[in-house]
Amino acid sequence: MRIPFLWSCALVLAAVGGNVRAAAAADFQPAVVYDMGGKFDRSFNQSAYDGAERFKKETGLAYREFEITNAAQREQAIAQLARRGATVIVAVGFTQASAVEKVAKDFPNVKFTLIDAVVDLPNVQSVVFREQESSFLCGLAAALASKSGKVGFVGGMDIPLIRKFALGYREGVKYGNATADIFENMTGTTPAAWSDPSKGAELAKSQIGRGADVIFHAAGATGTGVMQAAKDAGKLSIGCDSNQNYLQPGSVLTSAVKRVDVAVFNAFTTARAGTWKAGQLSLGLKEDGVDFALDQYNRTILTPAIEARLKQAKADIISGRIKVSEYK
Amino acid sequence: MSAPAKLPRWADLALLPAVSLGAALLLSAALVAVLGENPATALRLLFTGAFGSGDAVGYTLYYATNFIFTGLGVAVAYHAGLFNIGAEGQAYVGGLGVSLVCLAAGGWPAWVVLPLAVAAGAAFGAAWAFIPAWLQARRGSHVVITTIMFNFIASALMTYLLVNVLIKPGQQSPESREFGANAVLPAVHELLATVGLKVAPSPLNLAFLLALAAGGLVWVLLWRTRWGYRLRVAGANPEAAVYAGIRPGRVTIGAMLLSGALAGGLGLNELMGAQHRLTLDFPGGAGFVGIAVALMGRNQPVGISAAAVLFGALYQGGSQLAFDLPRINRDFVVVIQGLVILFCGALENVWRGPLARLLATRRGDQGGA
Repeated sequence: MRIPFLWSCALVLAAVGGNVRAAAAADFQPAVVYDMGGKFDRSFNQSAYDGAERFKKETGLAYREFEITNAAQREQAIAQLARRGATVIVAVGFTQASAVEKVAKDFPNVKFTLIDAVVDLPNVQSVVFREQESSFLCGLAAALASKSGKVGFVGGMDIPLIRKFALGYREGVKYGNATADIFENMTGTTPAAWSDPSKGAELAKSQIGRGADVIFHAAGATGTGVMQAAKDAGKLSIGCDSNQNYLQPGSVLTSAVKRVDVAVFNAFTTARAGTWKAGQLSLGLKEDGVDFALDQYNRTILTPAIEARLKQAKADIISGRIKVSEYK
Repeated sequence: MSAPAKLPRWADLALLPAVSLGAALLLSAALVAVLGENPATALRLLFTGAFGSGDAVGYTLYYATNFIFTGLGVAVAYHAGLFNIGAEGQAYVGGLGVSLVCLAAGGWPAWVVLPLAVAAGAAFGAAWAFIPAWLQARRGSHVVITTIMFNFIASALMTYLLVNVLIKPGQQSPESREFGANAVLPAVHELLATVGLKVAPSPLNLAFLLALAAGGLVWVLLWRTRWGYRLRVAGANPEAAVYAGIRPGRVTIGAMLLSGALAGGLGLNELMGAQHRLTLDFPGGAGFVGIAVALMGRNQPVGISAAAVLFGALYQGGSQLAFDLPRINRDFVVVIQGLVILFCGALENVWRGPLARLLATRRGDQGGA
């Protein structure tokens, strides 16, 4: 298992100079608030859950959690956790930003870690990921693995976050094969688009029908349908957020991994150690915040030639030789 | 099958729903026990979570406000013989009207903004209901189908507008910028604080009173005006209505316009009162809960308000349940809500017969004594 020590070390070092207050471990109460997708979405929220579980396993400390079902609950749940003495609250998902902003003002002594959005307050740590960098690598992998020169993208909803994935992917594909065709589809216009595997499968089938042989999804639980359809048709798919290579072994080319688990785990551990620090953290390839996944499940399809190209591109992005555009 | 047994009016309106609700909660309690939690604790948490403190009541009534608006909308259409499944989309587009007024209200005084926002919310909601209504009245396209379709068109339109047009520049989250202080409905806990009462904050706001007023308005319109009479006659028997000189097409369109306008009121509570900005998917299914609320409230304003409070309590108490009992997750809360709908809506005739017999024998005993 790869643990981004670099990032943890950077956090610890950055905090040494700051105003550090040692937290008493006895009344240390971490908490996490998941977004609508729920903690078992096999993707974004589940990654946060994995991080919290890892903290629990390694420290033996329990944490509180809450899954949102409607917009009003965000502020309610976060405020309630703060009122009941939570030390650090991780809010997962950009939709929590306004709720965190409100509650953080009312509870200046509680630490808030917000994933995927930025709130500029002295007790809020905002963690954003440079998804475009991992999407670029997945696009490159897709272009190199595609035999037809046609690749697909299935997004959840047409929102800025998903456009960010799509843009990075497009640039990666073009970097690998300047003449490649890219098909793009969004699943829907309501939040149900994140949990509709059958529609994901339909979109994937239609893209395959038009000649695509590698399809990248950024659609939460909908993506499981994309991956199933690609496997059924003997084509390749690319997973998202969590490492999803194991879901359809031998058919998932790689996954655009977003280490939300590490963000959650680090928020908990640094808060416990007293080294938690407010401010903005931008995590990309360099910080091991995002990456492409390589394990025993995709070893046979991600050939050493492709792997070498991906590693080279990764180094180039880190060194700044390749510039990946960010969706604004 | 025999005709449904006749119950005294008080039993039909109060006892029967209470028995159905009790049965639903009993079954829920049994399921809680199966999950390994204490059912008594769970029921207590459900109740105190919804009514146990000032802010709990606030949240319950805040949810109820949404359900009153959509429930009234569904009920008005129902009285005209139309099943409006589109309250969700009408509320969504109505919220757009509210937001446009609130975003445009630069330095306007609050007493100007509020009536304009109410009018815009109602107008946008009504406009969204107009096309299905017109299609039903003039082309015979079934309103159930078209209103469902219009829910999807509404969410597509709103996603487009929020992502491309109304989004606050420089942020990821598809939300508009925050409304100004003059374009916000005051929260009830703030109002109480000005008279010295301290209540923990909740999103309950003045829109609750607007919802109750809308209920009064619906009652007057439907049961105290000719227009309402025509509407109910056309709903009860279209052929007889035509014979009486009522034009069902006009009634259909009028009823749907009012229905959409009422659903559009949801934006007042959710956007102007609670979130203070236009957000993606803010109705959050309240349009569909409104159908259950209207049916359970017998399509009467008072009943709808009571049913809305019940569902508000289930929402709020349910979230407390999920918060405090780790083995009860949000999906189980949906199960409880489903059981309540099942028992109070679909299965109420199960108890009707036995209850009628029970009441009849008791009255018989008294008569004989």
